[in-house]
Amino acid sequence: MTERIAIQVRDLKTAYGPHVVHEHLDLDVREGEILGVIGPSGSGKSVLLRAIVGLKPPAAGTIDVFGEDVTGLEGDALRAVQDQWGILFQDGALFSNLTVRENVMVPMKEHTHLSKAFMRQFADQKIRMAGLETSAGDKFPSDLSGGMRKRAALARALALDPPILFLDEPTAGLDPITAGGFDKLVRDLQRSLALTVFLVTHDLDTLAATCDRIAVLGEKRVIAVGTMSELRSMDDPWIKEYFGGPRGRAAAAGVM
Amino acid sequence: MPTTPRFDFDTHDGTGTLRLEGDWGVHTLNAVEPSLKALETDGLTRLEADLSNVGRFDTAAAFLLDRLACRAGLESVTITHGSESMKALVAQAQALRPGPEEEAEPKQTFGLVDLLERTGRSTMRFINEGLDMLAFLGDTLTSMLMAILRPARMRWTALVSVMEDSGLDAVPIVGFLSFFVGMVIAFIGATTLSEFGATIFTVELVGIAVLREFGVILTAVILAGRTNSAFTAQIGAMRMYQEVDAMQTLGLDPMDVLVVPRAFAMLIMTPVLTLVAVLFGIGGGGFVSWVALDINPTVFFNRLQDTVPLQHFWVGMSKAPVFGMVVALIGCRQGLQVGGSVQSLGRSTTKSVVQALFSIIVIDALFAVFYMELDI
Repeated sequence: MTERIAIQVRDLKTAYGPHVVHEHLDLDVREGEILGVIGPSGSGKSVLLRAIVGLKPPAAGTIDVFGEDVTGLEGDALRAVQDQWGILFQDGALFSNLTVRENVMVPMKEHTHLSKAFMRQFADQKIRMAGLETSAGDKFPSDLSGGMRKRAALARALALDPPILFLDEPTAGLDPITAGGFDKLVRDLQRSLALTVFLVTHDLDTLAATCDRIAVLGEKRVIAVGTMSELRSMDDPWIKEYFGGPRGRAAAAGVM
Repeated sequence: MPTTPRFDFDTHDGTGTLRLEGDWGVHTLNAVEPSLKALETDGLTRLEADLSNVGRFDTAAAFLLDRLACRAGLESVTITHGSESMKALVAQAQALRPGPEEEAEPKQTFGLVDLLERTGRSTMRFINEGLDMLAFLGDTLTSMLMAILRPARMRWTALVSVMEDSGLDAVPIVGFLSFFVGMVIAFIGATTLSEFGATIFTVELVGIAVLREFGVILTAVILAGRTNSAFTAQIGAMRMYQEVDAMQTLGLDPMDVLVVPRAFAMLIMTPVLTLVAVLFGIGGGGFVSWVALDINPTVFFNRLQDTVPLQHFWVGMSKAPVFGMVVALIGCRQGLQVGGSVQSLGRSTTKSVVQALFSIIVIDALFAVFYMELDI
């Protein structure tokens, strides 16, 4: 694995009015790794994701993606860097008036000049890649189960083969078997497509099953980064409780 | 800047060889996709691809290569030169090939049969909608009767709150618009009647038109746009977040909690708003008569009292509670029909406003026929 840095966040500050979410936050995501981001509720995990992808302009600090400063970009410049990533939102955020196939075709239609027939076939291929039946392409998002919706949203996020994938709570609200299947899918796709994955999660099993490294948010910054076993040996009370609790021990036991 | 993809293709003893160059990515593939599709692949027994000069190579490119092999009836594309990751992508594309039956284009129906089918469906939907509406009316009336018999069951707070929201808060807009409509009627009357030298009849025109029709219709239309949609959106949002289900499991009847207070509120407030509309409408007419026709207010109101019988006022007012009920019933029913999606909320709101306007106009026409037969 190379040591190139895919996403570099330096001295980030984000705030909603007087409420400061992050201050002096530094974080590196290495190319080709799955970085899990955890932290107590309200510690700004999703806000960090939104800040990196440009949905929430930071109050201060810089964000580099593959060495290019993407902080506060707008218009065409923003569009150019958006090709670098695909995002899976918490509830999928599929367009409800389009079928799954049309959803996957949206980015292709907007940003490539492929023929309609090829786009259609390629969208079907992406749907199969996300572990769905081809026939699911004709369905509307409201006809799909939660797990299938997540997979369809993943197919859309990967439509243009972005090198970076952002996942916001990908397994929230899924049953353990479906969640486990999704974890495996993410891991497999990450390997086969050499993706860099930024994963926000609460799910200890997902962390254990997929992540190369884990970043812990707290006190408005990243308080620790490391592999699961490294974090386990740390002294921070929150981290200790997180991994040392019954759920944390169970997830760890599942890995070993 | 990515370079344009190119390829060479030659065949030798049934073996097709592709030599690829440039960046083969989803953004550039459109340059080669048609020509690659047009390649003659019949009779090939083996397809080789040399990827040694390729820059970017993504899943779209892998899919394109594999599709070529698939069309030629071959198991796979053999990658002779290329990185491991490229080979892995092509292998992945091959593993994900669609089954033979999955490729068929969806059937689309055209023509007379489809037309008939859709007509039938629409007709049935219209009939069912009407029947459901009547059932809901019955349901609501029973619940309202129960509330009257046992006033303790009535949600007084909700009732007063709805009365304020959709009654009191609507007074300014109802008054304002009625004033202008009254002015418009007076203007039309003045210009037309002056040709006959009968401008004084503007008073009768304004009086009868506003008292009988415009006051109540205007109020009903404003309520259909303002309150009816609000009812649908409120109840619909509660359904979307399963609040209505929660209510039922807690032993609360949504009819009692949501529908009955709204129905009573509209029943009480629509006549009040109609009265406001009537007063402002006549005021508007009187204002124009005074300014443009030199009929001063004293003359205007004296003539109004002398020539316009009170029954016109009662005809108008008698329609108000009916329209109020229509607005409340349609708004609540469409709200309760909302399913789990945001889309259905939007659809229900639209439907609710359209149905309310439609019903108001139709019922008003029925009233006109009814009163005409009664000679009122």
